[in-house]
Amino acid sequence: MTDFKVTPLSEDSFRNAIRESTSPRAVYDMAPGEAYTKFFEGLREGKILGTKCPSCGLVHVPPKVYCQYCYLPLTQWVEVKDEGFVETAVVVYIAAERERLEKPEVVGVIRLEGSGDRYRYPGLMHRICTEPEEVKSSRIMGAKVKARWATERKGSINDIECFEVVSWK
Amino acid sequence: MRPNINVKNRVAVVGAGLTLFRRRLMETPQELSWIAARQALDQAGLDFNDIDCVVSGSAPDAFDGVHMKGEYYVEGVANGKPHVRVFVGGGTGVFVPVAAWWHVASGLCRKVLVLAEEKMSSASRPHPQAVFKHIWDPLVEKPLNPNLIWIFAMEMHRYMYRCGVRKEDIALVSVKNKRNALDHPSAQAAAKITVDDVLNSEMLVYPVNRLDVSPVSDGAGAMVMVSEEWANRLTDNPIWVEGVGFNLDSTNWTNRDLGYPVYLKRAAEMAYRLAGIENPMKEIDVAEPYDPFDYKELHHMEGLGLCPPCKAAEVTKEGLTQRDGDLPTSPSGGLLGVGNPIAAAGIMKAIEIFWQLRGEAGARQVKKDVVTGLAQAWGDLMQVGTVVVMRR
Repeated sequence: MTDFKVTPLSEDSFRNAIRESTSPRAVYDMAPGEAYTKFFEGLREGKILGTKCPSCGLVHVPPKVYCQYCYLPLTQWVEVKDEGFVETAVVVYIAAERERLEKPEVVGVIRLEGSGDRYRYPGLMHRICTEPEEVKSSRIMGAKVKARWATERKGSINDIECFEVVSWK
Repeated sequence: MRPNINVKNRVAVVGAGLTLFRRRLMETPQELSWIAARQALDQAGLDFNDIDCVVSGSAPDAFDGVHMKGEYYVEGVANGKPHVRVFVGGGTGVFVPVAAWWHVASGLCRKVLVLAEEKMSSASRPHPQAVFKHIWDPLVEKPLNPNLIWIFAMEMHRYMYRCGVRKEDIALVSVKNKRNALDHPSAQAAAKITVDDVLNSEMLVYPVNRLDVSPVSDGAGAMVMVSEEWANRLTDNPIWVEGVGFNLDSTNWTNRDLGYPVYLKRAAEMAYRLAGIENPMKEIDVAEPYDPFDYKELHHMEGLGLCPPCKAAEVTKEGLTQRDGDLPTSPSGGLLGVGNPIAAAGIMKAIEIFWQLRGEAGARQVKKDVVTGLAQAWGDLMQVGTVVVMRR
């Protein structure tokens, strides 16, 4: 029988075993595309814009130039209310690089009003300005929220500071 | 059960191999691939020279830190042969046997080496999770500085809310799978733990605690898949791949209800149609639903139609998913127990079904007689489902 063993390393022996460290230095500059150019212009003006499908009626937020459900081009722009309902919410104690946050934040998905069915809807991931306890008790689920806009806006998703609770379910 | 008449060649698995799964292994991706491949060939009674084609899979290049890593890690196992690498995020490990299936089923290749490799430890600093920063939408999501676990926590909370499931019900999956893994020779995260251990472990993103999540791992796995003619020549005990399914939902995950995995329902329907399965609840004897998080096993059991929507937690609580239950799930120990070297973890689940159906799972062998089994994986931005159905 051939020996198929592999060799586990503890963290210390891994440090000692490292022969090469590399750090890719690419910086990505992303062009916004057709749909997001208008979307970001809207955010700068304090508006949430979407594109409406002539066939299924779904308002796409974030907007798209196509309806991925009907495979049709989208050309009709509509303004969506900056209010919606909390579809889901979580309390984040860690961020992108697994660094622990000093103060936990609440993040969730907001189901915006205007179109959709049980399964599909216009929606955004964003911060929700509420207490972690409201998430842990699930009280936040289904709450009505409204965007709190930054006073200085530059055409970015961060032009919305967070969504604030208007009324509880 | 009706025979599958839609393919040119029936396809069988005749051998499998798996390395240890560990947080850090000394071996390079090339060596891990070589070792797993030789194990699988050994069991099949074949040599590299016998192999017509190689199908491999691995998750983002950014983990191993080598772009074109497919061509890199297969160096020792695919030289001079047709090779293709497939990649559908976390769904990759089960997509590899799916892609290998059509290589054989079409008549294009007769003996295929099926390989999955992952070496996450190379993406060492600040943490392998940092690699996932680059799978989000760069314009509307990444500026919020998200960690990948956020998205799963959002799905888990939506599932809990929609189905009335509690964290302690979900933790039972972690307890079961980590305990099952105590019998798996490759296991990295096997343990005897309690529901309280899960609830009291480090809070990462509510509702996800540390022990709700599978670990970061290195490892590789391989299978040999061949045509019917070769299967009958090589073994008295071939395991037939009778159904394959794969399906993609939108990357726009903020626009759909996360409580039910539609992408998986569609993938499963495709696999069941091919395999002639009309009632998966009755016809699937043993399953390896994808469990990188404990809630995902439940969510996926529902998407696979192994129980009605919102009922998986109840089924688990009643003990039906234990190895001696009516519907054993993740008898291997799953990703939660064996470990999660992404693509290799998916193929590990397919390999477990192969071993279970052969009666070669040793201490992990489920109690009931098993004829039909299923392995499944899921990935990308919660949008892709991959399924294989196998029969003895």
